[in-house]
Amino acid sequence: MIGAPMLVLNFADWLSLFSHFLLISLMAVGGAVTTAPEMNRYLVEQQHWLSDTQFSSSIAIAQAAPGPNILFVAVLGWNIGINTGGVAAALLGVFLTMTGLLLPSTILSYLAASWGHKNRDMRAVRAFKQGMAPIVISLLCATGWILASAQNNSAKDWPLWLLTAIVSVIIWRTKIHVLWMLAAGGILGWYGLV
Amino acid sequence: MTESNHPSPKSLTDLFVSFTILSLQGFGGVLAVAQHELVERKQWMTNEEFVEEWAVAQIMPGPNIVNLALMLGGRYFGFSGAMAALAGMLAIPLVIVLLLAALYGQYSSHPAVIGALRGMGAVAAGLIIASGLKLSNSLKSNPLGIPLCIILGGISFICVALLRWPLVFVLLGLGSLACVIAYRNLKQ
Repeated sequence: MIGAPMLVLNFADWLSLFSHFLLISLMAVGGAVTTAPEMNRYLVEQQHWLSDTQFSSSIAIAQAAPGPNILFVAVLGWNIGINTGGVAAALLGVFLTMTGLLLPSTILSYLAASWGHKNRDMRAVRAFKQGMAPIVISLLCATGWILASAQNNSAKDWPLWLLTAIVSVIIWRTKIHVLWMLAAGGILGWYGLV
Repeated sequence: MTESNHPSPKSLTDLFVSFTILSLQGFGGVLAVAQHELVERKQWMTNEEFVEEWAVAQIMPGPNIVNLALMLGGRYFGFSGAMAALAGMLAIPLVIVLLLAALYGQYSSHPAVIGALRGMGAVAAGLIIASGLKLSNSLKSNPLGIPLCIILGGISFICVALLRWPLVFVLLGLGSLACVIAYRNLKQ
């Protein structure tokens, strides 16, 4: 890839990669994607382990692939390893970034969720879940809005907005399977119709 | 919530396979598919339960959808259930995304590929909005009352989608206000 740095990483570098992702994991309240700017700052600007292009294409790949968007973190680790020169290093990068990102948050969420389930009849627990409901629902709509406005050129991109709006209504109102919609979007885009 | 009156996963393998299938359908994010699969197809939970679990998954650190898988797996089979659901969510998609990363250089400049990704991105955005709209049905029985739900939802949409404030401020600020009101409105 153009502009990719050539790296030599020692043990201390790998360790600081891992520990930085441990830290990011705990900052990722409200979704791991919210920490993408911090990862960019650390990996691209501070350490120069990835080029800016590599960083943004990692996110694009993960969004195009099936599975949680958080897998972009695996692609970041993969690309850091590739920049040092090999598939083995790339796999090490994947392992360190993914376990770093998942370990602290997984332990914490698991414990909190078990506690919450055991005490689910407690007034405070019910108040928390019910009180958060309207906000988390509206945040879903906000996430969709932000994704839709990623193409920020309203004069040219109105067909994309229209597609987003039509899909929202169809999926909301009918029982049609989401994969049909994704296939339609892919075909429309392939032939340059949106 | 009562789990007894709706279907549940049969075994760890069932959890792993179900979450793998769910995850593999999630282009541009898994959440919309998760609501469709878990609530409408498998019926492991109702819309109301989904929103409650999602509130916890969202407020905890880490990827929301991973948290949701952990919580649901843990609910039925304890820690090993949580790990089975987590592995299902991540293992095979991880292999696919790495293969794509390795191939990406050759196709990244192909105009049709870029176009298809744009089209799928727009659809993915619509899917997420649709799951928000579907879940809003569950607010009918909310102790906050429908008008207050609309006001709180409206404000958080404006803050996050239009003003682009960091999510964590909205969750903690508006969220704690909403929880306090809900606490007051709930009868002991």
